[in-house]
Amino acid sequence: MKPIVISGVSTKARLLLLAIACLTLASLWSLNLQIAQFFSADSMARMGKFIAELFSPELSGPFVTKVFFASLETLAMSAIGTLLAVVFGLGLALPASLKGPGLLTLIRGITKLAFNALRSIPELVWAALLLIFAGLGPFAGTLALALHTTGVFGRLFSEAIENAPDHAAIALRSQGISELRVFFYATLPTILPQLVSYSLYRWENNIRAAAVLGVVGAGGLGQMLAFHMGLFHMNETSTILLAMIALVMLVDGLSYVARQRLSA
Amino acid sequence: MAHSHTSQAPELRDPAWTGRVFWTLAGLVILWPALVATEFKPWIFLDPDNLRVTLRFLGDFFPPVFTGEFLLMVAQESWRTVAIATAGMALALVLAIPLTLLATRILSVSALTGRMAALPFAVRQLLRWVMILLRSIPELIWALVFVRVVGLGPTAGVLAIGLTYAGMLGKVYSEILESGETHATQTLLRNGASRLQAFFYGLLPQNASELTSYTVYRWECAIRSSAVLGFVGAGGLGQQMDNSMKMFNGGEVATMLLVFMLLVGLADLLSSALRRAIR
Repeated sequence: MKPIVISGVSTKARLLLLAIACLTLASLWSLNLQIAQFFSADSMARMGKFIAELFSPELSGPFVTKVFFASLETLAMSAIGTLLAVVFGLGLALPASLKGPGLLTLIRGITKLAFNALRSIPELVWAALLLIFAGLGPFAGTLALALHTTGVFGRLFSEAIENAPDHAAIALRSQGISELRVFFYATLPTILPQLVSYSLYRWENNIRAAAVLGVVGAGGLGQMLAFHMGLFHMNETSTILLAMIALVMLVDGLSYVARQRLSA
Repeated sequence: MAHSHTSQAPELRDPAWTGRVFWTLAGLVILWPALVATEFKPWIFLDPDNLRVTLRFLGDFFPPVFTGEFLLMVAQESWRTVAIATAGMALALVLAIPLTLLATRILSVSALTGRMAALPFAVRQLLRWVMILLRSIPELIWALVFVRVVGLGPTAGVLAIGLTYAGMLGKVYSEILESGETHATQTLLRNGASRLQAFFYGLLPQNASELTSYTVYRWECAIRSSAVLGFVGAGGLGQQMDNSMKMFNGGEVATMLLVFMLLVGLADLLSSALRRAIR
């Protein structure tokens, strides 16, 4: 059996494969990975012990209640973060979707640049930065989610506004209605279904992100996890990890069901 | 009064106004507990002590640090970030390819004639669950765990990306393979080709571009997440950024944020160029 056919591949693809191979080898070589050490008896034993401890979660009433409230905090962080992002994203999408020459081009350029900057910095990095300004706790995490998601929404919403059919808007404008009213009574209702579906989708992402964000100290399940892991409270760590996995799976499941319902 | 006897248009009123006000207020009432839970206090930014720290830190951002020595270090760490992502992807592929081959339903011989036999079905289902477990734990949590086991440094980052992405790649690869046209593959299997032969001559050529495209996209995501993994001690740009933030060194943070945006932008450009070339 000679399964792999390379002869039919173009020169460009071969060069690409070669480049990828080089990049991979250079990465593996330069990182000086401790793979051998990872598979050594010593760290295998540590890993085994760690996993064994993970399978004995702390299930006492008070602690489970605490984890439950941390999960609610995570949910609240994601909800408020997403909502703030909807407000700011929509507010900034207006100047970003202005049509016209001169100063308007400049405003459009600046807001689009701001969206890219907000978006390209991950939530976790925003959270680490905001901890300096807002202190430890869920507020920093909420704002971090809001900032990153504002960048995402700003871009999506401004594109939605630009691509929206403008019959209704033209009809209102020809009656001499002011631009702001045109937006609220013509453009916004046209793009509303799109806005809602983007927002729900990002909220789902943000729940997952919020669970993890706390690891740098920004509240919710993550902060609890980092705390107990740092103190080697393995049983508590295990409970929190289980709660995290359950939360993520619950959100996945709900969104799957919701999507099936909506598309049916 | 002059206008009282001219026929006047009824006062223009928005018919949906009351409903909107009601739902906005109701929404605020529902949101209240959430605002309390997130300790939503924007006014703390205006607290004089806080404001001083914030302004000093932000003031430090300009100018960013551009000394030769520091830039060299940042370049080195950026390379490590890319290297962690690439090595992580390599590990993920090593795990995901066999997982996909074993889990995909199309390569089942017993399913050619009616229902899949019990044992192969159980094995495939088990592997699916393994993949779900791998990807439902975020890479940052895997990294926290591996930092415990192998110590601080890039190894933890590579393992974290490798495991999470193995789950994601395996799932999406199986979906891509199962959603395509399966006629050629099934014909090969029916005529006595081995499963590997059916894969290499039937399934792979049909889906190669979509699979490659998704892999390139994931590599781009891996670069972003490897930068973040540094914050829990898994090496690369994130770890340096974390250090500079803890020392309140605004200039260094500013430089690294710029470099990070540049890196993500470049990866984005490269990946979309590659994906366009494949299509």
